[in-house]
Amino acid sequence: MKLEGKVAWITGAANGIGRATALRFAQEGAGLVLGDLEEGALDEVAGEIRQGGGRAAIVAGDVTRREDVHRMSEAALSEFGRLDILINNAGINRDGLAVKVKDGQVQQMGDDMWDPVLAVNLKGAFLCAQAAAVPMIQRGEGGRVVNTSSIGALGNIGQANYAASKAGVIGLTKTLALEWARYNITVNCVAPGATATRMTAGIPEKLMEGLLAKIPLRRLARPEEIAEAHLFLASEAAAYITGQVLFVDGGISVGV
Amino acid sequence: MSEQFRERVATAAAGLLQDKVALVTGASMGIGEAIALDLAANGAHVAFTYRRHAEEAACVAGRIEQRSRKALALQADVASFEEAQRVVAQVRDGLGQLDILVNNAGMNWDAVVWKMTEEQWDQVISVDLKGTFNYIRAAAPILKEQGSGKIVNVTSINGLRGKFGQSNYSAAKGGVIALTKTVARELGRSNVNVNAVAPGLIETPMVKQAPEQVREMALAEIVLGRLGTPEEVAWVVTFLCSAAARHITGQVIQVDGGQYM
Repeated sequence: MKLEGKVAWITGAANGIGRATALRFAQEGAGLVLGDLEEGALDEVAGEIRQGGGRAAIVAGDVTRREDVHRMSEAALSEFGRLDILINNAGINRDGLAVKVKDGQVQQMGDDMWDPVLAVNLKGAFLCAQAAAVPMIQRGEGGRVVNTSSIGALGNIGQANYAASKAGVIGLTKTLALEWARYNITVNCVAPGATATRMTAGIPEKLMEGLLAKIPLRRLARPEEIAEAHLFLASEAAAYITGQVLFVDGGISVGV
Repeated sequence: MSEQFRERVATAAAGLLQDKVALVTGASMGIGEAIALDLAANGAHVAFTYRRHAEEAACVAGRIEQRSRKALALQADVASFEEAQRVVAQVRDGLGQLDILVNNAGMNWDAVVWKMTEEQWDQVISVDLKGTFNYIRAAAPILKEQGSGKIVNVTSINGLRGKFGQSNYSAAKGGVIALTKTVARELGRSNVNVNAVAPGLIETPMVKQAPEQVREMALAEIVLGRLGTPEEVAWVVTFLCSAAARHITGQVIQVDGGQYM
């Protein structure tokens, strides 16, 4: 098993990609700390893992709050005595045009759309990375941080907030890779394309057809396929990779 | 879930690439050798080409067979279009199929551009860029027809950033990246994944002979503070050839310890 004896902290683990990653990591023998706002769904994921013989602790909390983040990293130490891997997966979107003028009416993306997306996707990733690095550095045995960017980082109509947050994650990833290489902590990020989760479930059929036409592999990713990329970057196989962005997008970003 | 779990465990035990047939170019030593051995360790039967080092190639074949996998060592110059056609046909005849192509064969012949000869330019482009095309060209009809396959091209971070003294090599490796992305587009709907790995400075026989100064300058750039090993590149190639990477296509994965970000 690829993660035998390792402990991984996964944020946004109650649904979608985070859930798939948690289940996959459990199969590879990792002890898990799962964070999410949705305690009920989180509990079900943990239950599924325990049923399969795995080990999982859950922490209900908000990645934008330092005290909640601290509880999550502490849980790794109190439950398992160590922390080896952070999967910074928690993310949200609130889509809308930055500015819309129609029939003399002006609509703008408000603070209520901008602030929470930046807070969860970018600041949340930063806070969790900080909290994870401390015990990794203190322990002196290295570690892995895997952040989540998106093809949205390349720009997408209606996602000024989301694109800015996900491009920010790339800058964060590269900087932390430089700062923490001396501790043998690698920092990379996965950039999923359109993935079949509830975030894409609401896309109207017409838009979806247009989207599929742009993907060379002609289909959405499944959450399990993103989980495989997380596993790869967290595993020994990626020991010499740091500061990189791994697109898992069926080729949609090629040539963009 | 538990059904799926059992299936996973069974696959893992049997090997990620159980009974797939792979062709690796330039595998008598260095990164190519590590790739051939790691693919075999994960269950694949492996054919590979070599140009001059017959003894080393026989040794690699022996190590593949020690893993109870079939091996086929074929002498070829990757710069030859006809030989690529012949090699791919021999792999299909000898091992029954072709699932994975790894274009690894490469060379460098450095000089600053104002001293570079036409021969230096032509030879590096022929091996590194045209050689990659030759094998893709020979394998593509097979992969397209069967509706599945994996192509991994070995490029270099110098194909992304350029390198003093390597106008020919950097141009060839940059060309390999554009070739990768184009073929990813062309074969995507046939369910063939086409990606590239871009190593930084790796501890290979070629690099061991390089002047100490070259190593020191590279070490100063590498954030992980050490050269990579051929195995560390091979692990990434194996990942890209596995089902785990089936939604990844058209990508360039740097395996460089952060040497170029």
